[in-house]
Amino acid sequence: MDHASLGWWGVPLAVLAGAIRVSTPFLFVSLGECLTEKSGRINLGLEGTLVMGAMSGYATAYLTGNPWAGVLVAGLAGSLLGTLHAMICALERVNDIAVGIALMLLGTGLAFFLGKPFIQPQAPQLPAIPFGWWSSSAQVRSALDINPLFLVGLALAPLLLWGLRATRWGMVLRIVGESAEAARAMGYNINRVRLLATAAGGFFAGVGGSFLSLSYPGSWNERLSSGQGITAVALVIFARWDPVLCVWASLLFGGAGALGPALQSVGVTQGYHLFNAAPYVLTLAIMIATSSSRHRLAGAPAELSVTR
Amino acid sequence: MNVMSRIAPSSTSVPLGPADGPPAPGLEAVAITKRFGAFTALDGVSLKLRPGTVHALLGENGAGKSTLVKCIMGFYRPDEGAVVVGDREVVIGDPRAAQTHGLGMVYQHFTLVPRMTVLENLVMARASVPAVIDWRAERRRLAAFLDTMPFSIDIDAPVATLAAGDKQKAEIVKQLYLDARVLILDEPTSVLTPDEADETLGLIRGMALAGRLSVLIITHKFREVMAFADDVTVLRRGRLAGSGAVADHTPDSLARLMIGDNSTAVPVERRGLPGTAARLRIAGLRADDDSGLPALHGVDLTVRMGEIVGVAGVSGNGQVELVQVLAGQRAATAGNVSIGDEPYRATREEMRRHKVHCLPEEPLRNACVPGMSVAENMAFRSFDEPPITRGGNWLGSWWLDPAAMRRAALDLIGRYRVKTTGPDAPIATLSGGNVQRAVLARELSREVDVLIAANPVFGLDFAAVADIHAQIVEARNRGTAVLLVSEDLDELLELSDRLVVMSQGAIVHETTPAAADLTVIGRCMAGH
Repeated sequence: MDHASLGWWGVPLAVLAGAIRVSTPFLFVSLGECLTEKSGRINLGLEGTLVMGAMSGYATAYLTGNPWAGVLVAGLAGSLLGTLHAMICALERVNDIAVGIALMLLGTGLAFFLGKPFIQPQAPQLPAIPFGWWSSSAQVRSALDINPLFLVGLALAPLLLWGLRATRWGMVLRIVGESAEAARAMGYNINRVRLLATAAGGFFAGVGGSFLSLSYPGSWNERLSSGQGITAVALVIFARWDPVLCVWASLLFGGAGALGPALQSVGVTQGYHLFNAAPYVLTLAIMIATSSSRHRLAGAPAELSVTR
Repeated sequence: MNVMSRIAPSSTSVPLGPADGPPAPGLEAVAITKRFGAFTALDGVSLKLRPGTVHALLGENGAGKSTLVKCIMGFYRPDEGAVVVGDREVVIGDPRAAQTHGLGMVYQHFTLVPRMTVLENLVMARASVPAVIDWRAERRRLAAFLDTMPFSIDIDAPVATLAAGDKQKAEIVKQLYLDARVLILDEPTSVLTPDEADETLGLIRGMALAGRLSVLIITHKFREVMAFADDVTVLRRGRLAGSGAVADHTPDSLARLMIGDNSTAVPVERRGLPGTAARLRIAGLRADDDSGLPALHGVDLTVRMGEIVGVAGVSGNGQVELVQVLAGQRAATAGNVSIGDEPYRATREEMRRHKVHCLPEEPLRNACVPGMSVAENMAFRSFDEPPITRGGNWLGSWWLDPAAMRRAALDLIGRYRVKTTGPDAPIATLSGGNVQRAVLARELSREVDVLIAANPVFGLDFAAVADIHAQIVEARNRGTAVLLVSEDLDELLELSDRLVVMSQGAIVHETTPAAADLTVIGRCMAGH
C-alpha cells in the first residue's frame, strides 16, 4: 500500500499513533504526580524534573552507549529533585506550590546549563517493539512501533491503583493525604511519607523526561518540552487522582497533541497553530467544565493545599 | 440544668457479648503535677478509677481535665506523680505505649479518616499491619469481632457518610478492637443528640458493669454524670476540687465544686414581649455545602423584633450553611431572605442599611483576619465611614485615620473588657474568649436590628459565657431580632423566646422553651 493512499484515514491513525507516542511523558508525569498528591502535597516542579530527566537521560545514554542506563539516571535525577522539594516543604511555614514553581525554574535552568554540550551529538535511542509487523502499510507499521516505556506506564497504573488500596504502604500514603491529624495519631511520620511519595513521583517524572530525549522526539534541545510537565499536573486533577484514569487522560492529551501534525500531513495547513494548541485548549476547557466555585473537587485528597 | 429533670436515666440493660479475657484493670493517677513554663496546669491531682466502673472527670474549660488525661495517655510527661494501671506503676512515653498497656482514648473530635471505610480505618489503626492486606479476610475477622459487641455499625461505609452517633460508636469500637481495657472518653456526647448520647453511654456503662471495661469520661454535662457515672472527680483551676461517689452528690453540689462559691453571675432577664413585626424572614432557602451537595432543603423561618429564635440541631445538619448564607459567605441556590419588606442578599451595603450583624462560630477563622491588629479587626464594620475616614470631599473616604481607628478600638477594649496587650497586637495573639469579646464588641457596639449568632460561647468559661449571654439578651431587650444557632440545648432553652429544630437542612419542629418536650426535640434532632 502506498504511503499517500491512506489519505484522510491517515488522520485518525496518526492521532492514535500520537496518542500512544506523545502520551508516554504525560503518563509518567501524571502517575508520579498522582502518587505525590495522594500523600497530600502538590509538586509543581515536575516540569523542571521532566526537562532534567530528558537531559540527564540523554547525556547518560550518549556517554555510556546504553539508553536504558539513561532511563535509570533520569529517574534518579527526578527523585533527587523530588527529595529536594520534599525536604524544603518539610520546613515550617513553607508553601509547596511556591517551592514547586521555584524547582520548576531550577530544574529547567540546570538542565539547559548542564545540557549545553549534548545538544549536537546523537545518543543511542530506546528500541521500539514493532507491533505493526503484520501490516504492509508503512504508516501503520510506524504507528505501531511502540516504545516499551509506554507499556511499562500502562502496567504501572493498575499496579499503583492496587498498591494504594491493598498494601500497608499505599494505605499509609492515603491516610497521610486524607488526614494528617489521623496519621499523626497513628504514629506515622508525615514528612517521611511525603518525602518518599515525592521522591517516587520525581522518579516517574524523570523517566517520562527520558522518553522525550531517547524516543520521541528523540533528541536533546532546549525546546524539547512544551509544558508537558505542567499539563500533566492538571491532568491528575482531570483524572480525579485515579491512576487508571490518568492513562485515559494521557491518551486523550497525546491524541490531541498529534492532531495538528496529522492534519498538516494530509494537507490541511490552515489554522495549523490553532490545531497545535489543541492540548492547551483542551486542558482549559476540561478544567472549566469539571470545576466549580461552589464545591470541592470530588476525589481530591483532603490535605492537598490547593483544594482546601 | 433544666434538661436533667426531664430525661430519666437511661436503662443500663444492654445486650452483651460473651465476656472474654481477664476483667478490666483499674487506673490510678497519683499526685500528678504538670507545669508549662511558669504556669501550673495541674497541681498534685490524684484520680482513682475503680475496675469495671464509669468515672466522670468534671471541670470547666481550662480546669486541667485534658492536661490530666494527656499526662495519663503519654502525650505529656508529668513533672511529678505516677500512673498506675492495675496494680503496677507504668511509665507511658507516648500514645502507642498507652495502647500496649490497654489504655484507649476517644477524642472529642473524630480521628477516623473521613473518606475511608470503617473497616479500612480500624485495620490501619492496629499496631502491626501486614505489608499486603487481604481485605476479605480482614473483613471477616472484624465482622466476627463486632458480633461479640453490643454495637452495630456498617463497616463498609465511608466514615464521612456515618451519622455523628455512628462515628462516635466507630471510634469506641476502634479502641475495643485495639483491645483497650481502660477507655477514656473526651466529651463523648458533644456532637450527639440526647438520644444518641444516652444510647452510647448506656452501652459503655453496660460493658463496664460486665467487667469488660473501666471507663473515664471527661464531661461538663451534669446530667450524664448523674445518670451514667459511678464516681466523680471535679477539677478547678488545675487542682482537685472534690471527688467521691456520684450518689453522694447533687448537680448543685457538683456545680459549686466546679465553679467555686463565688461569682455565679445573675442571668439577665428577658424583658417585654417580642414585637409583632417580622424583621428577618427566610422563605424556601436552599444552598449547597462545600462538596456541592444540597445542605439546605427549603428553610422557612421568621424572627420578629425583640425576639430570640433559637435553632437547635446536631452539627452538620445545615446550620453552618444557613449562617453562611445570612452572613454573605455562601450563595443561596433558591429561596428568599428579606429584612423588613426589602429583599436581602447579604451585601455589605445591605448589611449596613438593615443593621445586620453576625457572631459566627470560630470567630478567629470566620470573622477576623488573624494577622491584623485588634484595632483593625474591630474596625471592619466602620473603617470606610467617618470618623475613621477623613475629609468630606469625594476623595475623603480614601483616606483613613489610624489614630481615630485606635481611639475607637481603645474605647471598645475598655467597654467590653477585652484582655489584650494593646490595640496594635495581632488579634490571633488573644485567647479564644477575648477574640470572641472583640468580635462581640465590633458587632454589638453599633445599632443592631438583626443579630445572627452561631455557637457564641463555644469553649468559653463560665464568666465569659454569662457575659456574652447577657449582651445577647440586652440586645434583644433593645428590640434586636436575634437568630441564635447553637449545639447546646441548655443555652437555647435559657435564652430563646422561640425554639426551632433543624435537621437535614430543614426546620422540622417549632416550640417555646416553656412548652419544650425534650423527647420530641431529641427525636426531631435525630431526624425521626
